[in-house]
Formats: sequence, C-alpha cells, structure tokens
Amino acid sequence: MLNPDLKLNPKLFDQDVEVKPTRAGYGEGLLALGEENPKVIALCADLTESTYAHLFAEKFPDRFFQCGVAEQNMAAIAAGLGVSGKIPFMSSYATFSPGKNWETIRTTIIYNNSNVKIAGHHSGIMTGPDGATHQATEDIASIRSWPNIKIFVPCDSIEGKKATIKSASINGPVYLRFSRDKTPIMTTDATPFEAGKISVFWVSENPVATIFSTGYMTYYALLAAKELQRENIQVVVANVSTIKPLDQKNILSLIEKTKSAVTVEDHQVAGGLGGAVAELLARTLPSPIEFIGLQDTFAESGKPKELIEKYGMGVKSIKEAVRKVIERK
Amino acid sequence: MASELNDEKLKDLKLKANQIRQLIITTLLEAGSGHSAGPLGMADIFTAFYFHILNHDPKNPNWEDRDRLVLSNGHICPVQYATLSLAGYFPKEELKTLRKINSRLQGHPHRASLRGLETTSGPLGEGLSQAIGMALVGKLDKKNYRIYCLTSDGEHEEGNTWEAVMFAAKNKLNNLTQVIDRNYIQIDGNTENIMPLDPLKEKYESFNWNAIEIDGNDIKSFIEAIEKAKSVPDKPTIIIARTIPGKGVSFMENDYHWHGKPPNKEEAEKALSELETLRSKLT
Repeated sequence: MLNPDLKLNPKLFDQDVEVKPTRAGYGEGLLALGEENPKVIALCADLTESTYAHLFAEKFPDRFFQCGVAEQNMAAIAAGLGVSGKIPFMSSYATFSPGKNWETIRTTIIYNNSNVKIAGHHSGIMTGPDGATHQATEDIASIRSWPNIKIFVPCDSIEGKKATIKSASINGPVYLRFSRDKTPIMTTDATPFEAGKISVFWVSENPVATIFSTGYMTYYALLAAKELQRENIQVVVANVSTIKPLDQKNILSLIEKTKSAVTVEDHQVAGGLGGAVAELLARTLPSPIEFIGLQDTFAESGKPKELIEKYGMGVKSIKEAVRKVIERK
Repeated sequence: MASELNDEKLKDLKLKANQIRQLIITTLLEAGSGHSAGPLGMADIFTAFYFHILNHDPKNPNWEDRDRLVLSNGHICPVQYATLSLAGYFPKEELKTLRKINSRLQGHPHRASLRGLETTSGPLGEGLSQAIGMALVGKLDKKNYRIYCLTSDGEHEEGNTWEAVMFAAKNKLNNLTQVIDRNYIQIDGNTENIMPLDPLKEKYESFNWNAIEIDGNDIKSFIEAIEKAKSVPDKPTIIIARTIPGKGVSFMENDYHWHGKPPNKEEAEKALSELETLRSKLT
C-alpha cells in the first residue's frame, strides 16, 4: 500500500489524477527563489518558456540572461557568476546542456567548483514526438562519474519545485533533471523531500523485491506494485530522487530484506540509476537485479505512452522484471 | 595600483619582465614539460598587469573589490605562476614544483589549488565567457572593478569564443577588456595556415567591440591601451596585442615548434645567458 507516513496524493490511483510536467516545478521553484534570494540568477539558451524559466524572467528581468542558442557560452558565463557570489540556474534541453557543453561544464563548473545549478529539461522518451535527437537518455550516465556534483531527478512537479529550491542552499554544482510531458502528481506539499535520501512510496508486509524508480517512472512502478499485490507478490517501491550521492544505507537495508532489485528509469539502462544501484550492490551486497529503461537503443517519435510500451518500460514490463528477479534469487 | 608611468617605473617594469622570463626558463627546465613560446611572449603584459594595472592585493587574493584577470589560454600558465610568485602570492621556490605531484602549480591552472587564480583553464575558448559572468556581477552589484581576460589567437577557432563575443557586445560590458595574444602560432603551425583569423580588428569592430591594436611587447603602449579602454562608454574592448612568441630568446622567437615544449639544460643555459645580456642593457 501507499506509505501512509508520506502524505502522498490520495487521488494517485484515480483515473482523473492531476497531471503536470515536472519541468513546471522548476519554473515555480525558480520563481520562489527569485523572491527570497537576490543572489539567484537565471540563464537560458533560447528555450525560456519550454524550460519554464519565463516565470522568473518576467518577474526579474534584470537577473535573467538570454544567451541565445549557445550552450557552451551559457555554461561558462554561469561559472563566472557562480564564483562571484551569485547562484546561477541555467536551463536548456538536456541533450544540449549538459550534452553539447559537457566539457565546458566539467572544466568551468565542476572542476572549478562554481556554484551553478544545471537544469536539464526534456529528458527521456517522455519528450515524445520531437524524436530521439531531443530525448536526453544518456544525461545521467554522462555526468554521474563527475566528482563534485549532485544529481536530483524529481518524480513530479511538486518534488521538482522542492528539489529546485533545495539546490540553491547547496554550495556547489547540482544537476536537476526534468521531463516535458504532463505526468501524475504523486506527492503533496506535505510530503517530505530530503536531498540524498530515498523515499519508500509503496510498503508491504513481506516484500520479496525492491523496485527503485526515479522521475515520473515512479508512477509506473507504483501501478506495477499495486497490480502485483493483487497477484500476491509483495514489493516495495522506493522513489530515488537523488541519484548522486546515492542513499547507500537505506538502499542496502531494503535489499537486506528483499534480496533483489528492479531499477526503473526513463534513461539508458547503462550508467543511470540502474548502473548506480548495480555498482553499490556488486560492491556491498551482491543480489539479482533487473533493469527497466532504454535497452541500449535510441527511441523515436511518438506519443510518450506509446513509446513507453514499445520500448519495454511500462507496467507490464516492470511486473515481468519483478517476477524474473524473484526467480533468480 | 596604476601609479604614474614615469621612465623609472617603466624601466623597473622592463626589468621585472626580464626576471619573469628567466623564471619561466628555469621553471620549465625543472618541470621537464610545458609551453615556452607563449609564456615568454606574454611576460611584458603579465608584468604590466600585476605590477601596474591591476587593483589587487596578494595578501588578500579574494578581496571582493579586486580587478579580476582571467587567463583563458591556460597553457601559458608558467608566465602567470612566475608573475604571481614575484608579486608575492607564493614563494618563488615553489615554482620548482610545477607539474609535479602534490603541487599547487598544476600543469594547467586549477583555481581551487592556488590563491590568486580566478579560474580553471586549459580547454580552450572558455575564459571569455567566464570573464563575462564576472563582468555581469560587476554591473549587477554596481562595482567599479574591471575584468580582464587573456585569450590566444588559436582559441578563436573555438565556437565558444564567438558566442561570448556576441554576448559581451549585446550586454555592453564596458567593464570587460579582452587581451588577445596575437602571436600567429599554435601547436600545428602558423594560425593563418591552420585557420585564418585576419582581419581580426575589423572582425571585432563588426561585432560591436572597441578594438585597439598594439605591440604587445611594448609595455608603455599596452598600458596606454588599457587606459583608453576604461573610458569607452558602452562597448567591451579588445586589445589585439601583437607579441613575439618566445620573446627574448633568439632561437625560440617566432618558431612554432616552441609552442608546446620546454628547453633542455643546454638550451636553458643559452636562453638565460641571452636574457641576462638583455637585462644588463636595461640597467
């Protein structure tokens, strides 16, 4: 059942559950930060409305910098702002930033330890009809090996707002990952958000597997958990909103109980959440693990829900992965 | 700083530049790798900056109101390290640790490793953007400090440089002065063979920058150009500093083979002897 301690959205499983893109949380969080902290600056590379930075730009035009289609320049300008006492937030699509400007970020923000927050939007196949050029499905993998960065992947717009606000109080580089399409609201304003901690959204009395999910995919994991419950397979679902640093302690304590894991993410299965969990388990508590995500392929244009089914990331696939991982124990 | 530039002061600066060149040679010999031509070519400009132009405090490198000097082409850091040590940022003996393990003097500059560095650089084309970020803060916070960014001609082949050039002009960053080391060499040869950059002054003017071209090994003209840039109301300035790569060491001057290698013992002795002769002519 849904964890009653977390004050999750009571209408979560309803047909008419409220939907909103996680990226809206970025815009709302940034606007709130702008009001409370004059050091907060926003930059964008010609995708101001798409990344919801327009909410900040309209209210605080003097603290917003339009960089044009120039992601490298945006990153290094942000680096200069960040070492000069400001808290810059830069947003674009994740394929371009941190995609196109990967080395600029590595040198001028990460190694240079500049206090920059990098918002990668349109992540995953949830980007839909724009096609694989605009679906960032390797962004986590491409930056997770950087020292000195924190990675947040909010599960809904409410968590997106909280993660954005939280990132401003962290002194150093943070990556925030958002998706384009409207997805169900799972949390409420009262749901706790703690950076660096997993959150067990679905609890069972005698779970036999743990599903670790991140981003909006936690919704699909919850649907799978609910259906599995009816089939007498008990699981727990942990929402992993911080990919780095990984909440090793609480992940291991769940694996000690369930002895198996399924990871669920809208990202390549290599190098993302699945990779992070697999590295931890291999090092500490070797256990069977199955990976839901893009299986070493690019996706294509289509409606997000169609793509999720076609690429084996839907409820049915998650349930199959759970059955398979239990058999492997 | 920026005291009056009389003949005595100018002579003192020239002597310091000579001393910095000698430090570059001994440092590179000890390191066994690193770049020679660029650092020697830029010794006069670094001297002018740290001993005349910059408003800075070696005892308090993070002083909020200091002028900032951002080195974009980080590979010429031997000249920056030599100058910083002479200016009192760290002991000269430490120059011997360049490129060695456990050193603050990384092969390419790392801001967090050494007080006095404004950025981390080496990968090309990124410094001007960072300098812009600092210049924006100067404008936002209504500060009087100036931002200087040293770039190379080779790194103007990076697209990022031109992204920054457009942004700085759009935002009328007159508190930003770029100094390009126009020495016409890069690792693979002459810049105009690899990717022609001339006419550079006209390029910048058409991008709405104020452009001044000078002899970058002439300290006096350089300082005058820096002063002129301060009074430009609504544009960033670029000083195109024509320098001689390897300046002061006859067998290195204008030879691109010296872009990325250090002298051996024999070459270093010859270089130091030549520089010593030049020094005695100054006194």
